[in-house]
Order: sequence, then C-alpha cells, then structure tokens
Amino acid sequence: MNFRAIKAIYYFEMARTARTLMQSILAPVISTSLYFVVFGAAIGSRITTMEGVDYGSFIVPGLIMLTLLMQSVMNASFGIYFPKFTGTIYELLSAPISFVEIVIGYVGAAATKSIILGLIILLTSYLFVPVRIAHPFWMVTFLVLTAVTFSLLGFIIGIWADGFEKLQIVPLLIITPLTFLGGAFYSVNVLPPFWQAVTFFNPIVYLISGFRWSFYEVSDVSVAISLGMTLAFLFACIAIIWWIFRTGYRLKN
Amino acid sequence: MQDIIQISGLSKTYATGFTALKNVNLGIRRGEIFALLGPNGAGKTTLIGIVCGTVNASTGTVTVDGHDNVTDFRAARELIGLVPQELTTDAFESVWATVSFSRGLFGKPKNPAYIEKILKDLSLWDKKDNKIMTLSGGMKRRVLIAKALSHEPRILFLDEPTAGVDVELRKDMWQVVRDLRASGVTIILTTHYIEEAEDMADRIGVISKGEIILVEEKKELMRKLGKKELALQLQQKLTALPPLLADNKQLALSADGSELIYTYDTQAERTGITRLLAALNEAGIRFRDLSTKQSSLEDIFVGLVHQDRNGAAK
Ligand SMILES: Nc1ncnc2c1ncn2[C@@H]1O[C@H](COP(=O)(O)OP(=O)(O)O)[C@@H](O)[C@H]1O
Ligand SMILES: [Mg+2]
Repeated sequence: MNFRAIKAIYYFEMARTARTLMQSILAPVISTSLYFVVFGAAIGSRITTMEGVDYGSFIVPGLIMLTLLMQSVMNASFGIYFPKFTGTIYELLSAPISFVEIVIGYVGAAATKSIILGLIILLTSYLFVPVRIAHPFWMVTFLVLTAVTFSLLGFIIGIWADGFEKLQIVPLLIITPLTFLGGAFYSVNVLPPFWQAVTFFNPIVYLISGFRWSFYEVSDVSVAISLGMTLAFLFACIAIIWWIFRTGYRLKN
Repeated sequence: MQDIIQISGLSKTYATGFTALKNVNLGIRRGEIFALLGPNGAGKTTLIGIVCGTVNASTGTVTVDGHDNVTDFRAARELIGLVPQELTTDAFESVWATVSFSRGLFGKPKNPAYIEKILKDLSLWDKKDNKIMTLSGGMKRRVLIAKALSHEPRILFLDEPTAGVDVELRKDMWQVVRDLRASGVTIILTTHYIEEAEDMADRIGVISKGEIILVEEKKELMRKLGKKELALQLQQKLTALPPLLADNKQLALSADGSELIYTYDTQAERTGITRLLAALNEAGIRFRDLSTKQSSLEDIFVGLVHQDRNGAAK
C-alpha cells in the first residue's frame, strides 16, 4: 500500500474543498436555517410533536442526513470525474498505486468533508431547537458509515458519468426525492399502510431511522435492521468498485 | 546488459475494433535516448500508454527493469516518469502544489530542495505560486515535465514534447534531457521534428500503422540509408547534359543549368566520383566549387513510410 499516495490525494482533495470553503459551508447552513423556518415554524405550528419528540427537534437528524447524502455523493463524484474530464487522470493511472489507494484518497476526502458539514448543521440546529443525543457513539457510527457509503456511491457515479448532466442526475433525481420520502421530516408511521410498505423499499429510510434513534431513541425500524441495511449498502458499493477495478471500466482503454 | 524496457508481442485493439498496435517487439537500452518516429496515428501514444499503465494491452508483455508492468506494476511504474502529449493540467492548483502532489503520488517522501531544483532547471521557479491556468501553453508543458521528474524517475517518456512549443523552451528542454541522460536516465521520446531526433537520439525506431518497421542506431541508420549529394557549381551554365554524361542516371542538372547534382550511395563499393570527374574533364566542363550534403533523417523517414504504405518494405 502506497500511503504517501493516499495522503497526497487526500490533501489535494481537501485543498480543493478549502478553496471553496465559504460556499461549501455557507450554502448548507443557510438552507438548514430555512428548513427550520419553513418546516419548524410553519408545519411545526400544526404538528407539535412527532413520536413524542418536539417537531423541530425531530427533523434535525433528517436534515443532517439530507446534507450528508447529497454532499457525499456530489463531492466524491466530482472529485473523480474532474481528472477524467481534464485528462489529469493519466497521472493516477501511471502512478505506482492501485485502485484501492485512489478510492481511499478520494472517498476519504469526500466523506471527511460531508461529515464536517453534518456536524456544522448539527451545531446550527442548536441555535433553533433543543437537540439531545442519546447515543453519541451510534450517532457518530451512523454518520461515518453513511458518509463513507454515499461517498463510495458518488465515486461510482463519477466514474460512470461521461458528462456533467449525469453527475447531477443521480443526486437530484434519486437521492433528494428518496431522502424526502424516506422520513426525513416525518415518521413513516404516519403514512397509510400501503405507502408504509412502499417506503420500506427505500434504503434511505433505514439510514434516517437508525440515525434518529441515536438521537431520540425513536425509530421506524429496529436499529439492528438499520445498521444491517447500512452495512449491506456499504458492501454493495465496495463490490461495484471492486468490479470497476477488475475491469478498468471507463478508466482505461 | 539487459534492456531496461522489454516489449514482447504487444498488440492493442481498441473497443472500437481498431487495431492500433500489431505484435510490437522492442527493447530499450539502459541510459539511451530512444526516438520513436512515425506519422500521426501510427500508434506512438498507444505504445507509451501501455508501458506507462494508462492503456491496457490486448496481448503481449512489458517488463521494466525486470518487473512485469501488470503483475508487478508498482515496481515498474515507480521507475517511470511520463510527459503526456496533451496539455492536461489542473487549473486551480499552484505549480508548486501540483508538482509536490506528483511526488507524493509516486510514494516519495517530501523533498522541497529537489522540487526547487527541477523548477529552477525548467525556468519555473518564479511561477511556483501561480495558478496553472494563468500560465501559457509552453509554461504548462514545463509544468508537465516537472511533474514527470518530481519522483526522480529512471526512465522518462516524452510524448511529442515540443509540439507547438517555442524555441526557447525547446532549447531549455533539450538541455534538461541531456543532463538527465548524463545522470543515467533512459529517455524515450516521440517527435514530429525529425531534426530533434537527429540531434538528440542514440537510436531511432520507426513505427507505421501499428508496426515497428525499423530500429537502428542513428549513426548506422544515417550511414545505411543515407545518400550523399555532390553539387558542382559550373563556370558556365548548361542547357542540357553533354552526350557523354547523358546516360548517367545519378546525375542531374539543376533547373537554371548552373549546377550539376550527383547523388550516390555512401555504402556502395564505388561511388563513381572519380569516373564522373574524369568524364567532366573530358567533356570540357569546368566547375567553380563543389559541396556534398548528407540526406537527413527526414528524407530517410519519408522514404521508409512511403515504402511501407506501398507495401514494398519489410
Ligand atoms: N481510445 C481510442 N479508441 C479508439 N481508437 C483510438 C483510441 N486512441 C487512439 N486510437 C486510434 O489508434 C491509432 C493510434 O493512435 P495514437 O497511438 O494516438 O497514434 P500516434 O500517437 O502515433 O499519433 C489512431 O488511429 C487512433 O485514432
Ligand atoms: Mg500521439
């Protein structure tokens, strides 16, 4: 394993993030604040509690997840797509590194950035509503697992994409709707039975449910299932990346 | 001594079905400057790509200093620096950051003094904190060379390094290449400028339509294939060759009639020069001056590729 190469890629990517620091941090903080105003104030005035938790507080884990998923996918997909687009990928391919180092470097940097953003949103939330974290260990575990999993997914998308549209499509057309429909702002229990059943095909339900449990000990599905699904998703992404690595898919001619 | 790069039975068929390389066998000697010449689309970049790891071979093997470049790719690639044909650079990075990044990528510990030296050698030192996108094309090319040298490679690939580059950079670059060679680095370059191959190379390979059609010591190549021209400036212009010389196929009269041009093969047993001069004397033709000229690699190269196109060579 070429650790210096991993370090080089990681710092390179983090430097890219640092250059756009204001926009990277400001945008999610502002949109989170708006969510609190809109959902917390407008809807919260009608729905005071959800599953026994104050509504404003209830949506905090969902909001963090929303940003975490989007940022992980976008950062990682952009990170690897860009060298492909500019051609600088030649250097990664000709360096004495395997795909493993490339993945760890890019995915590590993307996950780090989205975890930092997740924590910033958590801090922002404290300004608006009371937040309680019942199981800090599990909170961090879900945070890290989700960031890594979706950064891997983003990496796969970045390799698959051959244009900027494709880079945008997955986060906008799949991740965002699935997050909204995945119980970010409500408990799945409030849905009619049919839609509940449909919802359980949405993998993001399990992520949000587990994450919310680590805060308020309320969940739509059992924590073990949440954790299992998160890990299953993680391994599915690793398997796809392994396949890309074996075949050189869209990287080498 | 064993060749530093050994290419055996290498073929490449792209996904499009196009076969860019056909059973290429080539050895690169330790410490030499090897020039790969060939027209556009001959497969030069493909060949370099396979050795460096950016393109997968369809069949065949490459070893770099004894390391197979697929099964033992780490050891193989550590030795190689690649300057790609296209000007592919990051836009927003500084020169210093991008060159340091390359060194890290190749697993080498930080060495600011060494990077400083490369940047100075390539006249990039005063640009070290500039963003790459603010540099001219020639400067970007220098950055690519600096990146390729950042990890102290033993083998350097330069894929058309002087295409579209100003004279000053060419001079700087060839100085760097000479210094590298003096320090024992093996250099493989492709170029359109045949004079450069002629100036720089120890050996020359010619590739055409995916096949290596010739590999030769430069000197040997020039000697073997080189024709010489003897030009005689006449005291009085002629309108036609005198009858005595008219059947000499090696002899021609210049358009304005002021010069006789005799083409001969330096390899031939007899050059026929003595006979020619005697005949001129006999015909009463006097000349003011004479000069000889060796045909250039360019002439040789054009001849070879032309032959190959017509399927006559091999
Ligand atoms: N990715 C690719 N897919 C299909 N054909 C390619 C690809 N890259 C190069 N070729 C073709 O292979 C041939 C050799 O290309 P290349 O190695 O770049 O030649 P050179 O460097 O000698 O100009 C060309 O005909 C080119 O069109
Ligand atoms: Mg080329």
